[in-house]
Amino acid sequence: MTAVFLGIPTAPPGVGHLRGDRSFPDAARDALRDGQLRANLGHATSTIRAKRAAVVGEVPDWAELRQAGKAIKAATMARLDEHLLELETRVTERGGTVHWARDAAEANRIVTELVRATGADEVVKVKSMATQEIGLNEALEAAGIAALETDLAELIVQLGEDRPSHILVPAIHKNRAEIREIFARTIPGVDPSLTDEPRRLAMAARAHLRERFLRARVAISGANFAVADTGTLAVVESEGNGRMCLTLPDTLITVMGIEKVVPTWRDLEVFLQLLPRSSTGERMNPYTSLWAGVTPGDGPQEFHLVLLDNGRTAVLADEIGREALHCIRCSACLNVCPVYERTGGHAYGSVYPGPIGAVLSPQLTGVEDNASLPYASSLCGACYDVCPVAIDIPSILVHLRAEHVEAQQRRTPEAAAFRALARAMSHPRLWRLAQRAAGLGRFLARGRPTMPASLPPPASAWTRSRDLPTPPRETFTAAWAREHGS
Amino acid sequence: MSARDEVLSRIRTALGDRRPVPDVPRDHRTTDDRPPDELLDLLTERVEDYRATVLRCPPDAVTPAVVAALDTGLGAGVGAGWDPASVVVAPGVPDAWRPDGVATDDGRPAVGLAAFAASVTGVAVAIAETGTLVLDGSPLCGRRALSLLPDCLVCVVEAGQVVGEVPEGLGRLDPVAPLTMVSGPSATSDIELQRVEGVHGPRTLVVVLVA
Ligand code: SF4
Repeated sequence: MTAVFLGIPTAPPGVGHLRGDRSFPDAARDALRDGQLRANLGHATSTIRAKRAAVVGEVPDWAELRQAGKAIKAATMARLDEHLLELETRVTERGGTVHWARDAAEANRIVTELVRATGADEVVKVKSMATQEIGLNEALEAAGIAALETDLAELIVQLGEDRPSHILVPAIHKNRAEIREIFARTIPGVDPSLTDEPRRLAMAARAHLRERFLRARVAISGANFAVADTGTLAVVESEGNGRMCLTLPDTLITVMGIEKVVPTWRDLEVFLQLLPRSSTGERMNPYTSLWAGVTPGDGPQEFHLVLLDNGRTAVLADEIGREALHCIRCSACLNVCPVYERTGGHAYGSVYPGPIGAVLSPQLTGVEDNASLPYASSLCGACYDVCPVAIDIPSILVHLRAEHVEAQQRRTPEAAAFRALARAMSHPRLWRLAQRAAGLGRFLARGRPTMPASLPPPASAWTRSRDLPTPPRETFTAAWAREHGS
Repeated sequence: MSARDEVLSRIRTALGDRRPVPDVPRDHRTTDDRPPDELLDLLTERVEDYRATVLRCPPDAVTPAVVAALDTGLGAGVGAGWDPASVVVAPGVPDAWRPDGVATDDGRPAVGLAAFAASVTGVAVAIAETGTLVLDGSPLCGRRALSLLPDCLVCVVEAGQVVGEVPEGLGRLDPVAPLTMVSGPSATSDIELQRVEGVHGPRTLVVVLVA
């Protein structure tokens, strides 16, 4: 059963960052020409792969944790409405206010109004995929509210007027020299002798943000998890910018996709082991903040939780595709993906790049709006192997490709070619004629085992990224007839 | 229809009437039977792996250890070089742990805590396997800003608070308390995915292990 059939809307166009302006192959071709980008990505992903492998390898019950994580997510989805209602009750009991948003535009409107009501014209932000997805910063800016990203990588992206390219390390495509250049150019009063040593760069960010944290009145965060039976929210981070935002301002607004809820407190014992080892390759990330509503005398005294749909219920309607909602955004699948490693995150167009993006973005928007993404994979299966909640990404990709082909109603040259092939293969005379015609293609190959990549269309669509074997001199049936008589 | 009702009704439509809930296998480790001594050593090793410092002391000599921790954290020679008034302790920290002259968190506006160079707190639980200290907002641990704004954090951990694994640690906590799990000093991996210690949170973490 699909969402379209059931009338469940996908994420609307025109707001947020789930759709690229170009197809994946087009954008990827440019990325592949950028040698610096490939070097930066290759270096960073190989570093993190080694760290992850080491800390996952030392956990004797990793397989059991992974199975528990997968099952908890599946069980949560089966009762998603009930868990969200329980979460709402608990958060409200603890002095928080819960808001529901059908889509990006509604979430942006809710947050903008909440900020306006405080009278603040600037907010500090903790890195959050959900707020990137809905384009919250742009919406706030349009309302005259400055949103300051405080995560180091997000700050690099924001100062460089760039786009994030990785879900954990949004500036992974920049190396230290490039980051130094951005800081030297954009941070007012930065020490001109700033070097590209990572420690010096981190200190420059600390100095730049310190005073902003201390004066901030409103913070906006995402959430990694929300526990239904206790109303506890969790933010997992490294730098302490998250703690600054979650602790110092008077008002905290958390925007969370509805799939982030987990049923019980005990479930966190699984995810807080799976997530850090899979994402940064650490036994535990430096800081995890957990809070339930408002605590008198400690932290923000006003707390708002915005529960966001924006296409998630459409994903939920697909029995195979809904597994993509289990993702805990660790980014391990990006780091092992041979396609991501070469193209980087920008080529995917959406804020969710890499293997998870290839299955999540097309489902959130409807496959016709991200039609090339299900093909942005070699189906090698590395993503499935590292995924801490065992999402079968390759199977979802294949499922989405089938859905896309169906949706196209046989309009492409490829579809036309396969239709012609099906006809020829069911008519022996046509088949023999076609084989003789293919034999003519041999002269284009000039004796090489594969055909040149620069064939005329529509064959070029196939040969651009694949080898097409040169047709044999003689077909099998012709050789059989010659040697045995027919 | 309100957004709430609409999102809920979409979920119900998406799931349909038949929605079997799969069993959740919980076959992972939830306890750790290593002897306490081994757990203390493991905690030490894991905390040091984050480039934090661990100092051990007997129960009757916590104050000198806290002083030594502040010497380490504030980069001064033993017993000199830092002003006790620049150190703030959580209100519930026992007298027996307090160096002379240090300030107690007086509930001033949170940002005022940025004026201190170091803070001293207890913990609610420590998890050996991951080198994690958990602070729970109790008087012993202080409010969250206390362990965040001063650049050096000294945490006193008692042997009985040390558990082996994450599940045991979470099992000891109050889920609605404002909790902070601290694993090493603040750090970032955002530049070329290499870990650098010290960003917005305390750049120095010193653990006093009472055993
Ligand atoms: S799909 Fe799995 S591996 Fe990829 S980011 Fe999500 S949880 Fe991590």
